[in-house]
Amino acid sequence: MNIIVCVKQVPDTSEVKINPETGTLIREGVPSIINPLDMHAIEAGLQIKEKTGGRVTVLSMGPPQAETALRDAISMGADDAVLLTDRAFAGSDTWATSYTLSSAISKLNADIIICGKQAIDGDTAQVGPEVAEFLNIPHISYVRKIENVAESSIKVQRLMDEGYDVVETKLPVLLTVVKELNEPRLPSLRGKMTAKKAEIKKWSASDIGADENNTGLKGSPTQVRNIFAPEAKKDRTMLEGKPEEQVDALIQELRRLKCL
Amino acid sequence: MPVIVNIDKCNGCEECLASCPFDAIVIKEGKAFINEYCEVCMACISVCPEGAIIEVEKEKPKGADVGGYEGVWVFAEQRGGEVASVAYELLGVGRKLADELDTELSSVLFGASDTEAQELIRWGADKVYLSNAQIFERFNDEPYSELLSSLIREHKPEIVVAGATPIGRSFIPRVAAKLRTGLTADCTSLEIEKETGNLLQIRPAFGGNIMATILCPNSRPQMATVRPRVMKRGQYDEGRTGEIIDVKADGISSRTRVLDTIKEASEISFNLQEAEIIVSGGRGLGDPKGFKLLQELAQLLDCAVGASRAAVDAGWIPYRHQVGQTGKTVCPKIYIACGISGAVQHLVGMQSSDIIVAINKNAEAPIFNVATYGIVGDLYEIVPLLIKKIKEVKGMGN
Repeated sequence: MNIIVCVKQVPDTSEVKINPETGTLIREGVPSIINPLDMHAIEAGLQIKEKTGGRVTVLSMGPPQAETALRDAISMGADDAVLLTDRAFAGSDTWATSYTLSSAISKLNADIIICGKQAIDGDTAQVGPEVAEFLNIPHISYVRKIENVAESSIKVQRLMDEGYDVVETKLPVLLTVVKELNEPRLPSLRGKMTAKKAEIKKWSASDIGADENNTGLKGSPTQVRNIFAPEAKKDRTMLEGKPEEQVDALIQELRRLKCL
Repeated sequence: MPVIVNIDKCNGCEECLASCPFDAIVIKEGKAFINEYCEVCMACISVCPEGAIIEVEKEKPKGADVGGYEGVWVFAEQRGGEVASVAYELLGVGRKLADELDTELSSVLFGASDTEAQELIRWGADKVYLSNAQIFERFNDEPYSELLSSLIREHKPEIVVAGATPIGRSFIPRVAAKLRTGLTADCTSLEIEKETGNLLQIRPAFGGNIMATILCPNSRPQMATVRPRVMKRGQYDEGRTGEIIDVKADGISSRTRVLDTIKEASEISFNLQEAEIIVSGGRGLGDPKGFKLLQELAQLLDCAVGASRAAVDAGWIPYRHQVGQTGKTVCPKIYIACGISGAVQHLVGMQSSDIIVAINKNAEAPIFNVATYGIVGDLYEIVPLLIKKIKEVKGMGN
């Protein structure tokens, strides 16, 4: 099996602090990590490889420093790593990102492509299904269990609102995974050594034959018009005083509104 | 980079630094430098007193053609033949958008009956494109995306909106990819820009306490998903009439098969979304034991317990309690946020609650921006007092 796992390097949001004056994100000193759901994707790839044999390639698009995320994936047991890095990719929205990733995947050939359901910085969950469409292959979202991998088909459980579906499809396929699927392994010491020395392939737009009209900001149908802080509610009441007084005031308000 | 600094003009005044929400500007050798964290939000451009920060003209993508597209569409999803309630909410906002654009509101319904289509008309649709072909009974990405994209190609709507549900979030991206158009996930507000008629799609931005307005100016349709319970339903009109158009699904096939659908009743998540009162805890609890205290308050109020992502990620409470962009969207009568700072990803999941009570040590916490009643204080002092007083009010003594 040729398995490709797509990963994204993201700021560790559990470490992110907000500037109280501007209400904006402070990135200074915030460590970068592999998107948490992508860790489950890597684990899924490694488990399939252990059963069926084959290779696991991790693929990422990002600035040169995203290389560290790929080394982390190799330390867990991935065989190869490819980083798509080019100024032409900067400012990509989900459409352009998916186009770029799928161009690289076409070059690599894959039986199974695995992505985390969504990234913690954008939360869109769009890149996985869009990549599948560009590759013209089926995809299954929110995989919570892989029941069976055969030579030309796969059977999985897809998490839905009120339970799950058992879904079967033909290979090649793209899966997006949720955290219920598995527990990502820790890197081994040997893995860490391998990762240090491993070669990370760096591909540019021309390396993957990507049309620059479809990459980066130029290839992105959506644009960010502006960003703004959410407005404060105008009818807010701050309950002042000692704790006792604050609680009394709250109870009074709730009773007045007949909520208590 | 599409936003650049003209270093001849830049005098290193650092005015731009604070304007950047992504911390993407650094001063190097007395000049501003925009690094790879730039999200091209343009916030710095107007701030620069020297006019040194400029946007590099973006070429219009080839083949861009926004003319000839008209009408607003709502994709109405069904489960087990029954239309999901998010569809009626989308018809509410869809009706407003269509009226503003002076155009028709249509709905697309796969795998349901005429009766359900009639219901969509009563909730505001002028037309319903209906296919009751068997292939659509159970959700399957390929046939869903194939038929929806071919309908869009044929009828050219300018706006297409779908629910940000497991179904919508899975197959709508395929439709956007096929049509080479933009898609904005989890919008919390949709408006029409007066001058251009473009759809303003508002959603939480990456990290931090900020929102972004997203546009899709050069391709059509403009596509967006909206989570359940974010929009309000429109007017229901028993006597409203409209047109139902039968859609053929010939030649639509799928490589994927749904073998079985298993229901798992999750009482807790049901309770969370239906609850009239929710007591919710965040990182400020500091400890999993904090939820024991909240549980006690919840039992007293006969209500549900929610949590922020920080508390769930810390392993203090299971994911099914999570409220926010990656958890559940809730809309109770009272939402009591204890030790939740109020990252925008949390706020979008609860800010339409009728009354929001915020208890937090930090007076600057963004949660107070959406609060109806704010208490600055230690929750471990406030909540036990609250429990005691509610018991008194309810005549339960101690």
